[in-house]
Amino acid sequence: MEFNVNHPILFLLVGIVVAVVLAQSVYFLVKSVRRAKKIGMEKSKIKKTIITAAIFTIAPAVSIVIAVISLSQSLGIALPWLRLSVVGSLSYEAIAASNAASGMGMKLADLVGNMSASAYLTIAIVMTISIMVGIWLVPLLAKKIQGGLVSFEKKDKKWSDILQNALFIGMISAFVGYVFCDLSRLWQSEGGVYTNADGETFASTSGLIPVLVMVAAAVVMALCGLLMKKLGWKWLNDYALPISMVLGMAAAIPLTALLGG
Amino acid sequence: MKKIKNNKEYTYMDSVHRDGRIWNLTVMVILMAFPVVVGIIFSALPDWAAVGKGLLATAPMYWAVGVIETITYIPMLGAGGSYLSFVTGNISNLKLPCALNALENADVKAQSEEGEIISTIAIAVSSIVTTVIIIIGVALIVPLTPILSSETLKPAFDQMLPALFGGLGVVFVSKNLKLAIAPVLLMLVLFIFVPALNAGTVGIMVPVGVLFTIAYARIIYKKGWL
Repeated sequence: MEFNVNHPILFLLVGIVVAVVLAQSVYFLVKSVRRAKKIGMEKSKIKKTIITAAIFTIAPAVSIVIAVISLSQSLGIALPWLRLSVVGSLSYEAIAASNAASGMGMKLADLVGNMSASAYLTIAIVMTISIMVGIWLVPLLAKKIQGGLVSFEKKDKKWSDILQNALFIGMISAFVGYVFCDLSRLWQSEGGVYTNADGETFASTSGLIPVLVMVAAAVVMALCGLLMKKLGWKWLNDYALPISMVLGMAAAIPLTALLGG
Repeated sequence: MKKIKNNKEYTYMDSVHRDGRIWNLTVMVILMAFPVVVGIIFSALPDWAAVGKGLLATAPMYWAVGVIETITYIPMLGAGGSYLSFVTGNISNLKLPCALNALENADVKAQSEEGEIISTIAIAVSSIVTTVIIIIGVALIVPLTPILSSETLKPAFDQMLPALFGGLGVVFVSKNLKLAIAPVLLMLVLFIFVPALNAGTVGIMVPVGVLFTIAYARIIYKKGWL
């Protein structure tokens, strides 16, 4: 059979894998909703959790579709669809694919339009094996780690609560820091232009864009909190995060135009 | 009749771990089968030398980061959430914020059974919606490409993470000000002044932030400041 990166058979195979992954999510959803009913959790709480999670997911999921589109130029649509539906992320997959291509003495861009089945397999194997850690490590570790946390909880409840918050704050602080990573362009540029190690140029103020976007989203979130408190708009609670995220992203459009991408 | 295991009652959590293990190992086998089946159908073999070189350049770092990420995220995602998240991916930019937001809105503790249920429901719904949106995106890729790759929308999607963590950060930082101040300051200084820290390395900094925050929390807890 003659190979091409968008052969219908590839879509069929990827469709099967994606269906299994979808089935796992549905299985766990049903299992946890049943358990919630059994232990007498309020129905409204469950319903709200489902609606909020679904709405919140839309914008990040669209950004994953964009990642599929950008990878599809060299790899076809099926493989990026698979890799980004199961485990992957754009930055990981792009690096893995280009490392596999350079193993064949090529660049990923060289393969556009003339990918052989062998090259495709080489790339698919490198991408799959490189990313495959958590999927088998969680079955080995999750029970032990969760068990450890439960015994912490029994020993010192207050510390256990603080520990949980510390985990979340630690993660969030790393991302807050990341938002500021290009700020130094402000003082490392010449004549308003910053040149990075690869020779790419950016406006010196471009590092401010993520910072201001974060501030905009934080302000919207704080406003939502204020409206909930002052006007009693409790329903807003479920939509505050997606609203602040989408408005923050929308603010990025004029901010980028103003401060240079 | 209740199942008895090691003289202890077989709990809901035990069943989550059992089912999670079965599902994850099944997905792993199916994922590995994909290149094998493609090879058989198209009667092709990979370039093994290139596979070796590609893996050598990619796997050691990804695996090291993967191990650390797994250990870091399991306590935050809960049991069911961990099994699902490590199959469907996009943890720090989607699944974990989604679970955190759900726990916060439902006002339940992550370690309680209610917390386990809420985070599993949030992550399962998020995974289903993501998978379905990607399917729609793939089906409509031709008409969607010019819209989603348009220069007008690009800045918005480029800045998704700052927008997400702005909203999430303000809630968690303001509720845990004493706990958050030191790790946030540390990360700001590191990311602003160390050039190697950027979008590509933020994943490695999450465990660093978590370990630092736990150590700092322990100290101020012992001193009675919390």
